[in-house]
Amino acid sequence: MINIQNYVQAESLEEAYQLNQKRSARILGGMLWLKMANCTVGTAIDLCRLGLDTIEETDSRFSIGAMVSLRQLELHPGLNAYTNGAAAQAVQDIVGVQFRNMATVGGSVWGRFGFSDVLTFLLSADTSVELYHKGVVPLETFVSMKYDRDLLVRILINKTPGRFVYQAMRNQRTDFPVLACALSCVGGEYRAVYGARPGRAMLLRDEEGILQNGPCAESAEAFAAYAARRIPTGSNSRAGAKYRTHLVSVLTKRSLSKLGDTREERSWK
Amino acid sequence: MEIKLTLNGKTVTDRIDPDLLLIDFLRTHGCYSVKRGCETSNCGLCTVLMDEKPILSCSMLAARASGHSIRTLEGLQEEAADFVGFIADQGADQCGFCNPGFVMNTIALLREIPDPTDDQIRSYLAGNLCRCSGYDGQLRGIRSYLESRREKGGSHGK
Repeated sequence: MINIQNYVQAESLEEAYQLNQKRSARILGGMLWLKMANCTVGTAIDLCRLGLDTIEETDSRFSIGAMVSLRQLELHPGLNAYTNGAAAQAVQDIVGVQFRNMATVGGSVWGRFGFSDVLTFLLSADTSVELYHKGVVPLETFVSMKYDRDLLVRILINKTPGRFVYQAMRNQRTDFPVLACALSCVGGEYRAVYGARPGRAMLLRDEEGILQNGPCAESAEAFAAYAARRIPTGSNSRAGAKYRTHLVSVLTKRSLSKLGDTREERSWK
Repeated sequence: MEIKLTLNGKTVTDRIDPDLLLIDFLRTHGCYSVKRGCETSNCGLCTVLMDEKPILSCSMLAARASGHSIRTLEGLQEEAADFVGFIADQGADQCGFCNPGFVMNTIALLREIPDPTDDQIRSYLAGNLCRCSGYDGQLRGIRSYLESRREKGGSHGK
């Protein structure tokens, strides 16, 4: 059970940052994961009064505050228009509406949880994170960084022209995914992201140029085999490594089929 | 620490421990419809509305609810009465333990999507677990309520 000795609604990012330098301090996200921890928190720092609960859209990017809920991500018309609905698809099977009204994008991204649908989806886009101390860092870099005492302020998605598909395999709706796959073609570059391997989401680029002429039945087959070779998987209570590797191949093919390519569309028929 | 919030339309001020969960605060203030179930934020039993949005009170610090409006089933009896009879008519409840959470989230559903499809109902209520039934009774009850409302030409919306 979590024990909190002091609770502070920070008045500024600087105050939150300073309070967070103590090892016993914790930044609160949606608290859904944290509340199940068995630990003592010296100061629980709440960012709820810092206006970080909105998604701002400009011509060039989306700026998602760290306290934006997964439900806001699911319902945002601009973000879903840009991502072909992938933003909503990535989160809509996470527990229930009540849970998604509380879970924050910042909490999911900062946690860099292996099971995270959110992280998997965001890696498929041209995404960066804004950290209070370190500034803007590409999400791909942030994913491999060690946990420190910095603050995640915003998630930034550049509106680089692209198309997106999100698919996940679950043993049961609302459970953690057995494997999550986000596939995109952003600025002409194919990006395949695999989450719940069960390790942290991993981005795979088409380094062999398999999809250089766009996806078709043959190239999808080849890219799926390439992904199955390159993506490490493991076993846990939900599935074995062999099954997950099989899913890497299946979800890749399905996603490429869905992503399609108008030039190649006929070859799918 | 001191918190002040609006509970079912009334202002409540209290001194609390920083780690007090909202569910415990609400039960201390007489809202016994709010129940503790899974403790893992999965069952929806403890659903309440915070600023009119459904949330899980078992996973929310009471301190974080300070300054907000909280509604429990005790404060929404009239709105719930519209449709709970239809759910009961379908025999959807057996032990009834999950019922208040289901009702709270159904209120939120009908406010947000006044005429939902079956898929929208299933999807919206996916975070409410019932270990007695197979959810079909609840679905039939809501569907039957919607049909009855349609026949009367009325609407639920608020």
